[in-house]
Amino acid sequence: MDTAMLIEKSALVLLLFLISLGVAAYQTYFERKLAAWIQDRVGPDRAGPFGILQPIADGTKMFLKEDFIPAKADKWLFIIGPGISMFTALITSSVIPWGPNLNLFGRDISLQVADFNIGILFVFGVVSIGVYGIMIGGWASNNKYSLYGAIRASSQMISYELAMGISAITIVMLSGSLSLNDIVQSQHGINWNIFYQPVAFFIFFITSLAELNRAPFDLPECESELIGGYHTEYSSMKLGLYLFSEYTSMFVSAAIMSVLFFGGYNFPGMDAFSGNLLAVMCIAAFALKIFLFIFVIMWIRWTIPRFRFDQLMHLGWKVLIPVAIVNMLITGLVVAWNQGWM
Amino acid sequence: MSLQMISVILGSLTIASALMVVLSKHPIRSVIYLVITFFFISAMYILMNAQFLAIVNMIVYAGAIMVLFLFVLMLLNLNKEMEPETTRMSVITAVIAGGTLFLVMITALRDTFQYGKGYVQAPVQDAGLVEQLGKLLFSKYLVPFEISSILFIAAMVGAVLLAKREKQIID
Repeated sequence: MDTAMLIEKSALVLLLFLISLGVAAYQTYFERKLAAWIQDRVGPDRAGPFGILQPIADGTKMFLKEDFIPAKADKWLFIIGPGISMFTALITSSVIPWGPNLNLFGRDISLQVADFNIGILFVFGVVSIGVYGIMIGGWASNNKYSLYGAIRASSQMISYELAMGISAITIVMLSGSLSLNDIVQSQHGINWNIFYQPVAFFIFFITSLAELNRAPFDLPECESELIGGYHTEYSSMKLGLYLFSEYTSMFVSAAIMSVLFFGGYNFPGMDAFSGNLLAVMCIAAFALKIFLFIFVIMWIRWTIPRFRFDQLMHLGWKVLIPVAIVNMLITGLVVAWNQGWM
Repeated sequence: MSLQMISVILGSLTIASALMVVLSKHPIRSVIYLVITFFFISAMYILMNAQFLAIVNMIVYAGAIMVLFLFVLMLLNLNKEMEPETTRMSVITAVIAGGTLFLVMITALRDTFQYGKGYVQAPVQDAGLVEQLGKLLFSKYLVPFEISSILFIAAMVGAVLLAKREKQIID
């Protein structure tokens, strides 16, 4: 590894970090505006024109609040919990291919931090350890409601991970690779996986909502039953980190969904362009797809009521997993037929 | 840093966190140390260029099994008063059992020093990558692979049957 590569990778990591945080901050503003629009209100409009400085005001407020640790809480785990949540939310962005190679200063710069040959498994690995942040934080608070939230989060995540994995396997079967870069490149132009795997996309989308703890699957923090769920005892920036990590993972999972099913940075008619112009347009197309997914996720939150816990388990185990398995079997048969193995 | 250095540092960290699993007083902390141990083991796999194994170790052990462990421990809410009493007899049996295991492990360690080439060797190109692993599993080790998957299916069917025995009506 030469020095130039080290510098460009570090710059990319820093840039991704800042973009993820910035997007997450403005997602909170966007969500409040969208909620206001859906509910026929005005929404935040005090800080700056159209309330555009609202995220900064919110962030400052979070920092200035008293940082409180309950007396009977497990101090270290209480502090570590939000950190784990934020870490797992941020680290996934390292395997996402954000665009084709960019040519700067006579060097081809890959817009993917790590072209891991098992990128999709890395994403699942990070998703599966993401639950620790919530579990540890909820348990360490030493509060019954927090514990309920933590237990709900873990059972929900374990149940929905299965259907998520099985629905994503069909994409691996179609593209024949576990690398996210290969998966994106196999969807050149408008040859997107969504046209081959609508059922898998549907399952993947629902399970992503559940993994994100977003409505209608936000039982771990369900206000009407559990006060604040796993973050009941949290205050100040620790609470801020939990809320922030939810928005960051929403951004990243919107990116993952567009990579797996909507062609990533590919867009129809991309062959007419080349070089840096193509790269910039690809990044713009990818950003547009991510924005649309974030919009849909928020739209769902303000439209559909929350599930009951037994309905959640019923949906996960008795509907999504069987449908995902049947979908996987059919895909397997079709792939085998096309390859001439049958 | 050489490969040897990294493997020595990683190995000592692994052993330290594994010791903390046994030594820490609180069961929840033990589980968290165990998760950390699994991460170090995953790092060891990556050092040997076995990325697939590393990630699967992370997904299956750290991500699924340990979450279930933590889940059960949180529900039990164990504390000092609920700890079972240890009699002199149980201490002696535990020491004998642990000592025997330790002896076997030391013998195994001696064997690796005698026949192996020390610590980690420089990774063979592509050896642990998923393509190579898949080809091996579906050619040389096909029969053991299929038999173990049948074992898994049997276990799963058994678990479902056990859970289903009580007729629950949830509407």
